[in-house]
Amino acid sequence: MGLLSKKDAKLITDPLSDDNPITIQVLGICSALAITAELEASIVMAVSVMFVLGVGNVVISLMRNIIPSKIRIIVQLIVVATLVIIVDLVLKAFAYELSKTLSVFVGLIITNCIIMGRFEAFALANGPWRSFLDGIGNSLGYGLILILVGFFRELLGSGTLLGYKVLGDPIELTGLYAFGYENNGFMLLSPMALIIVGLIIWVQRSRNTSLIEDE
Amino acid sequence: MAINTDKNSYTIIFAIIMVVVVGSILAFASQGLKGDIDENKRIEKQQNILYALGINENDESSVTFVSKSKVAKLFSKNITEQLVIQGTDVTENNEAYLIDVKKQKALAKDPSYARKLPLFISESKSGTYYVIPILGKGLWDAIWGYIAVDKNMVIKGVFFDHKGETPGLGANINKRFFMDDFTGEHLNNASGKFTGVVVTKGNGDPRNNNKIDNKVDAIAGSTITGNGVTSMVKDELKLYIPYFKSLKNN
Repeated sequence: MGLLSKKDAKLITDPLSDDNPITIQVLGICSALAITAELEASIVMAVSVMFVLGVGNVVISLMRNIIPSKIRIIVQLIVVATLVIIVDLVLKAFAYELSKTLSVFVGLIITNCIIMGRFEAFALANGPWRSFLDGIGNSLGYGLILILVGFFRELLGSGTLLGYKVLGDPIELTGLYAFGYENNGFMLLSPMALIIVGLIIWVQRSRNTSLIEDE
Repeated sequence: MAINTDKNSYTIIFAIIMVVVVGSILAFASQGLKGDIDENKRIEKQQNILYALGINENDESSVTFVSKSKVAKLFSKNITEQLVIQGTDVTENNEAYLIDVKKQKALAKDPSYARKLPLFISESKSGTYYVIPILGKGLWDAIWGYIAVDKNMVIKGVFFDHKGETPGLGANINKRFFMDDFTGEHLNNASGKFTGVVVTKGNGDPRNNNKIDNKVDAIAGSTITGNGVTSMVKDELKLYIPYFKSLKNN
């Protein structure tokens, strides 16, 4: 038997496809809209959420039997906010450059509904190891969509990927631009992220019809 | 042992303990790391000032500051004089770069207060340049920077940064393709009156060949951040005009 039992492995693989947090559970849409104009920002956000959700799920899972149910949402919020702020402070002290790239995301992570959603739906009812796997799985699924959306928005909107000019230079008119290609400025605006997410949902559901809800 | 987690008394005690524990963790973390964080901020200010002067380790498209180990030496070598301008008083102050521009700006809302304006002078064989710290508002939060000019108000270099502009849009004000456009741009109009530099769209000059039109090309999708840069440059530099006028008279 491998490192993970079949049941545990499903916690990682399900959110990547049939139980994706963005396309199926429709969680974390706001950050998917806000920061995907660039591929780099998408990757940074995906990694940050993976850390916070992985650790947060474990903490909540360890506390699950002592959290009073009346104030559980507040407790969850405090756990996330504390984690994020500590990470932010440590980065500011020891990796200042990195912390500057991340500072924008701090607020977005605290309010990311994937995190609250997974605490509420999974960590409160499962052990720490399984909660950890669930956190990693869901943040991978989230990151996958973020990176896909970021890829298309940066490529079509700015003609670059991770800042590299892959389609040529729009000012010097080299590469594709020499043939009259233009960047699509719409791609830089948030609504296009929603449209791309919509297209991904469409592709996913047409490939796996069992995901389509009955009328 | 099962605890009745539904009892009101339990809920209240839990909340109190949680607040105390979390509060002390955060207070400890914040106090324990304060020294390192402040030091990083101080170094960053020196790096930013040097960057505006064109002293950096940029490669073709990156924004790379001089390294932490070299910054103190380069700063004292290149910044030959640090001044604080307050009203008509001009005093020399070797810690002028530590002046909190934000605080001074807030204090200056009271009209009787003369704002302390730091100014950094770099005198070398290649010429004399003046570095001015600027602070303004973007779309979401503060934007700030340093702008290096010569005595004729021609820009030598700029550095912009932001607290929370949208990644991929307004956040790009600290990228080379935006900042580099300012270099060589005139802050005075043709008749020599201070007008600033306008961040504008559709001026048909994306490479910014025209340096005397007081215009640089905006970033698509970030109009409000761009307008913020425009007014930040204008409003903050305006305060230094009397000093530059007095330079000419001497």
